[in-house]
Amino acid sequence: MFFLSLNEAEAREAFRANEEACLARYPMTAEQRQAVLDRDWLGMLRLGGNVYYTFKLATVDGISMQALGGAMCGMTEEEFIEVMITGGKDQQGNPRRGPNVLEQGNG
Amino acid sequence: MVKLVGGVGTSHVPSIGAAIDLGKTQEPYWKPLFAGYETARQWMKEANPDVVIIVYNDHASAFSLRLIPTFLIGVADEFLPADEGYGPRDVPVVQGDARLAWHLAESLILDEFDLAIANEMPVDHGLTVPLSIMCDQPDAWPCKVIPLCVNVIQYPPPTGMRCYKLGKAIRRALDSYDDNLKVAIFGTGGMSHQLQGERAGIINQEFDIDFLNKLGSDPESVARIPHAEYIMETGSEGIEMIMWIVMRGALDDKVQEIYRHYHVPASNTASGLIIFEND
Repeated sequence: MFFLSLNEAEAREAFRANEEACLARYPMTAEQRQAVLDRDWLGMLRLGGNVYYTFKLATVDGISMQALGGAMCGMTEEEFIEVMITGGKDQQGNPRRGPNVLEQGNG
Repeated sequence: MVKLVGGVGTSHVPSIGAAIDLGKTQEPYWKPLFAGYETARQWMKEANPDVVIIVYNDHASAFSLRLIPTFLIGVADEFLPADEGYGPRDVPVVQGDARLAWHLAESLILDEFDLAIANEMPVDHGLTVPLSIMCDQPDAWPCKVIPLCVNVIQYPPPTGMRCYKLGKAIRRALDSYDDNLKVAIFGTGGMSHQLQGERAGIINQEFDIDFLNKLGSDPESVARIPHAEYIMETGSEGIEMIMWIVMRGALDDKVQEIYRHYHVPASNTASGLIIFEND
């Protein structure tokens, strides 16, 4: 419910002003609160935070989805963007590093 | 009776909407993607539907863990763009078609598809990005919209086959409507992508192209793809593709593929678009 609160501009401001006080208002474990304070994105996922919820926090921080993807697998935003441009990762999670942009169409 | 002018499958990546909103569509990163949308926008202008049924998923905007409707239809006269954490998108308010939406609700529920019904809900990028892809940046959207939400973010989502059957039930509802409207149906989301975890960044072009190929010619085989296969092969968010199957179910068994566009990447996602018309 904390992440959901960030859909409202006022709640975003309150969080920016005092993160710990804001988190104290929600029924979260100490571990969950710490993961938020530490911006431990993978930790938040493991503690039950689906990306569509945690991305709202990333947005408050001005972090893009690509930076968030990178943070969850130990890459910088630039490295992650490069992996995506070269075909993303295979099903095992290894970068394909293939040719640039893949296209198919009849237009 | 309604004339079903076509079905569109398209990704609904938020950054595609942001690229349009921020005027970045001609930048080198985005240009090839948007070049592929020109033919689709031309089709949309010519098909000129009065109403579009948009099958999409909400991303913790109108709904959340507090309330998880498996299927839901929006019956309001208008739907406001949602604040998803970064302020609402600066796009026109979405106008509904309450009369057709209530007919769909009645027909579907009496046909044993028990959808939830929403009279008030904001609509997020899942619905507004497909409109931007197909209609660009008009002062007002050129058609009315009936939102049809599918839960794909909280396990358990419905099966692909249930989605296919819902599409068929939507078609029966359209065929029994008493007004001569032109209607299109969009299935949105996908294609392969995983936003979270150590595997973030999965793209499976082979799966996606096979999905596009079979969606037209052999939709029942696509409808039988199990959830685990989507997750393993296309990433945790690839499951969104089941919403394309609702669209396909609403069309005739035999369809003509009018247009296709596939591009990697749009942010973290393989972006696909396909247009079908009844044969």
